[in-house]
Amino acid sequence: MPDHSTALAHQFDDLEQQHESVSLGMWIFLATEIMFFGGMFLGYSVYRGIYPAAYGEASRHLDVVLGAVNTGVLLSSSLTMALAVQAAQLGGRRTLVLFLIATIALGSVFLGIKGLEYYHKYEEQLIPGSNFHFDGPNAGHAQLFFSFYFVMTGMHALHMIVGIGVMVVLILLTLKGRFSAGYHFPVEISGLYWHFVDIVWVFLFPLLYLVDRS
Amino acid sequence: MPEHIMEKKIYYAVFGALMVLLAATVLIAYIHLGKLNFIAAVSIAVVKAVLIILYFMHVRYSSRLLWIFVGAGFFWLGILFALSFSDYLTRGWLPLPTGWE
Amino acid sequence: MSSETIRLYREHYLNCSYGVRSWLLTKDHKRIALLFLISITLFFFLGGAFAVLIRLELLTPQGDLVESETYNKLFTMHGIIMIFFFLIPSIPTVLGNFLLPMMIGARDLAFPRLNLLSWYIFSLGGLFTLGAVISGGVDTGWTFYTPYSSTYANTHVIATAVGIFITGFSSILTGLNFIVTTHKMRAPGLTWFRLPLFVWSNYATALIMVLGTPVIAITLLLVGIERGFHVGIFDPKLGGDPLLFQHLFWFYSHPAVYIMILPGMGVISELVTCFSRKRIFGYEFVAFASLAIAVLGFLVWGHHMFVSGQSPYAGMIFSFLSFLVAIPSAVKVFNWTATLYKGSISFDAPMLYALGFIGLFTVGGLTGLFLATLAVDVHVTDTYFVVAHFHYIMVGGMVMAYLGGIHFWWPKISGKLYPETWARFAALVVFVGFNLTFFPQFILGYLGMPRRYHAYPPEFQVLNVMSTAGASILAVGYLLPMAYLVWSMRYGKAATDNPWDATGLEWQTPSPPPTENFADTPVVTWEAYDYGAKEDKEKEPQVA
Repeated sequence: MPDHSTALAHQFDDLEQQHESVSLGMWIFLATEIMFFGGMFLGYSVYRGIYPAAYGEASRHLDVVLGAVNTGVLLSSSLTMALAVQAAQLGGRRTLVLFLIATIALGSVFLGIKGLEYYHKYEEQLIPGSNFHFDGPNAGHAQLFFSFYFVMTGMHALHMIVGIGVMVVLILLTLKGRFSAGYHFPVEISGLYWHFVDIVWVFLFPLLYLVDRS
Repeated sequence: MPEHIMEKKIYYAVFGALMVLLAATVLIAYIHLGKLNFIAAVSIAVVKAVLIILYFMHVRYSSRLLWIFVGAGFFWLGILFALSFSDYLTRGWLPLPTGWE
Repeated sequence: MSSETIRLYREHYLNCSYGVRSWLLTKDHKRIALLFLISITLFFFLGGAFAVLIRLELLTPQGDLVESETYNKLFTMHGIIMIFFFLIPSIPTVLGNFLLPMMIGARDLAFPRLNLLSWYIFSLGGLFTLGAVISGGVDTGWTFYTPYSSTYANTHVIATAVGIFITGFSSILTGLNFIVTTHKMRAPGLTWFRLPLFVWSNYATALIMVLGTPVIAITLLLVGIERGFHVGIFDPKLGGDPLLFQHLFWFYSHPAVYIMILPGMGVISELVTCFSRKRIFGYEFVAFASLAIAVLGFLVWGHHMFVSGQSPYAGMIFSFLSFLVAIPSAVKVFNWTATLYKGSISFDAPMLYALGFIGLFTVGGLTGLFLATLAVDVHVTDTYFVVAHFHYIMVGGMVMAYLGGIHFWWPKISGKLYPETWARFAALVVFVGFNLTFFPQFILGYLGMPRRYHAYPPEFQVLNVMSTAGASILAVGYLLPMAYLVWSMRYGKAATDNPWDATGLEWQTPSPPPTENFADTPVVTWEAYDYGAKEDKEKEPQVA
């Protein structure tokens, strides 16, 4: 059984204070992430307001099927993550590891599909830069759309990669017996991070893929 | 604060709701509703986010302090949007005096 | 005499372990504070060096000392270094880190390792920016306006932007740490309204750090991406809007000025009470004013964009909100003044800095109202009026508060007393030098001298020469504390636990404090700034 006295950090008086502090700390970090992605959302929104036609045109070049499937995959990974946290709360090591592996697997599927989409865009010459090619008079504005598409989904993917890395570390720590029903805070706050990344995608999908589909 | 452990079925119910909302988002996008398309898409996304926050992230069972910080993050994003758009939405209002173009 | 012998062998945070590793891998908030002190002092003098070159160039109306391109780099580097690498970190990372846990009766901050990480991140960002400076610098102005910065500039924009991006995370981590610490780690009995106002100020600052910094992070990242990959985000040829950058930039950079001043205000509250031997007048008002400044500070950024092409209606909204944000600052100035009234005032060096702050900050703040007035701003924007305004607040206000705080808590930090006469002299030199440097700039600006120009009409020369003369006096004023504070570390008189007889938990520890701050967690049953009661009776901290 893990030694709880080593789980308690020296600056805290008890595990409850540590737990509350760590949770509050993670939520404050997530607030910073809201503002970080928020800046990109603002830029996206401003240009969408000014160039609605170009945005609609550009958005239709994105693959709704892949996007929707990816959204489903990510939501599923949120479910497995939530169940992983619950397993940690109940002290079930095996279940925890299994759900973490499931989360990693689903996250990897998401990244794989994303990579496929990026590759398609590369083939269609829709990656902004010197090789960008878009038919029609709205090429410049469409390039703005695709700049935001790549920056926002790229930043999101980066966060997912970090998240997967964190999951791997969590699995290793679980196998070393570091967690128990009494101490599992790292799993919990990693879950918060993962769900947040999911929420960002929940907004990215309709805003990028479903601009003017009718 | 005692830990609140949710029943598994709540997680599955929320997941089910999220998938239904995903299907709704995609379907509604293909129906021509004009300006409402955008509002519908964002509204559904907001509902999904709220569900994830309340249940997957346990905010429903968290302290008031946490609620304040969760709210603050979104509120501050709102400030960024609201005041920036106070510029963009009102730019066309004032006709420039002639000779300044 | 025997107490001195005991003192020689007493273990405290400075002598508990030796060696580079024990400092570079420390988790002790007090040591981390000193690490930051070294870093930001280096940056202060680097930023000051650029200021010296600027003022030298401005001695003559012609642009004869340096080329225009070089001059652009000088004022850019001066601004970037002073803002991001000195002013923003200064009080929070040095005094805040050192004092916050002690003021609330805690052993350390909530996340000591994040604290150390914050310093490493700061150093890494600093190195990036130094690298950019050494390899030729940036000339966009610290404001990085697009499309010049994103498309047309030929200088090291990306390296500098990356440096500031990295340093931003240092700010975020410090803010996060302070917020959680203040909420969760106060000693028993220490309610919010018993906290020193320094804690309130740093808490409000931390809120801004956490909510604002991410926006400049993404903004600079977007500029870097556009420059590096030519993708088109702000590029007007593609339909990009330069104002989008400005909205994103100023959304952080205006609240950033409150990050810079709020901790200074916190220091002033501590100094004014101690050196008037009085409770603060209107504690709750001052506490809430800090929060009000933090919140309202996020609503006013458009006042930097009145003439940019922003909608005049938005301009009116921002102008109105900018007037509002002056109110909590004014409340603080009134309350400090009221605290002085009928106080038992002593003019030790920290108090001289505090009094200087109150006067100079007021001038700076009032001139902010001039700038918030849309019509006046059209006349004085981008002139030396603006330069004078923000230097009155940042240098006349913040730097003086910083120096006042360093002097006040120096005995606690180092265990030594600084030489008081030299310190008072230096404070006066700073005050005189400062006013001579910057008051002429108000006049210059009003008369129309633009900022960021190194050549000007000859009729402005007299005022410019006055300004440069003042700058040389100011430089002496800053070098003096460097000298005697370092001297005092070796040769200064040993300090007692509470040489100022001040209230506050930090003064109930030895000077310097032991690593764990308190042998036993204090239990607080008294109000903040209990100066009246101190005179009446001997007060013992109750031990848990």
